[in-house]
Amino acid sequence: MSLDPSFVGRTYPPTAPYQVGREKIREFATAIGAAEPAHHDPAAARALGHPDVVAPPTFPVLVTMAASRQIIEDPDLGVDYSRVVHGDQRFAYTRPVVAGDELVCANTIEDVSTRGGHGFLTTRTEVTTPAGEPVVTVWSKIVVRGES
Amino acid sequence: MELPTKTFRVTRADLVRYAGASGDFNPIHWSDRIATTVGLPGVIAHGMFTMALVGRAVAEWAGAADAVVDYGVRFTRPVVVPDDDEGTEIEVTAAVREVTDIGLTRIDITATCRGEKVLSQARATIRTPG
Repeated sequence: MSLDPSFVGRTYPPTAPYQVGREKIREFATAIGAAEPAHHDPAAARALGHPDVVAPPTFPVLVTMAASRQIIEDPDLGVDYSRVVHGDQRFAYTRPVVAGDELVCANTIEDVSTRGGHGFLTTRTEVTTPAGEPVVTVWSKIVVRGES
Repeated sequence: MELPTKTFRVTRADLVRYAGASGDFNPIHWSDRIATTVGLPGVIAHGMFTMALVGRAVAEWAGAADAVVDYGVRFTRPVVVPDDDEGTEIEVTAAVREVTDIGLTRIDITATCRGEKVLSQARATIRTPG
């Protein structure tokens, strides 16, 4: 089933706030072997000028991937998640994510295409505080592998 | 300027740990049966796990956990992780492309696995160390 190109430009309602926990940042940093004290020790993070432990650069994908379910699971778009592989990913930071942040995601579908039997879906997610302060903009392209 | 090469070993245990920490439970990252059913050569690492390891290398080169201001990659080839104790290795090299007059350093990154490039157009912008 190919992806529907009429979805390009579609925006989705902002997601409920994601509460960034200190232990989640520590768990994520440990899983990727990031030993920098600022990921684990609030005092080390404060010494860098942050209120609490700092997330590694790819941490926001936890928040944006959960938010992207509103797209992936949109029955009209027809994405088979077991056939999904990741194409591109980019993070453009206004500031790092820190423990205690509440993050809201606003998704937009930037591009939909089909080539060689595979579907390609590019999304942009504006990640902000509930008050609208920008934190990071995240672009993601997924490939839905065709049946071969 | 070339930055020192970094090598990361990746095993199935690392993928399980990353799945739990990230919440990405796509079965292509833990089930050979499902991975091969959808045409992959076997269980593959989460692209985001590879990106996270490379991000770690970038932050370590920068010398600060909060140095990365922009970071993007294209996943060109899957990192196949065999179900054994050795797993596989990802090698990361990088070169400084530009140091701007507002204190930012742009880096071009290459990540390979078994001699083949697994990321392309991998670029990061960091706050210039020091």
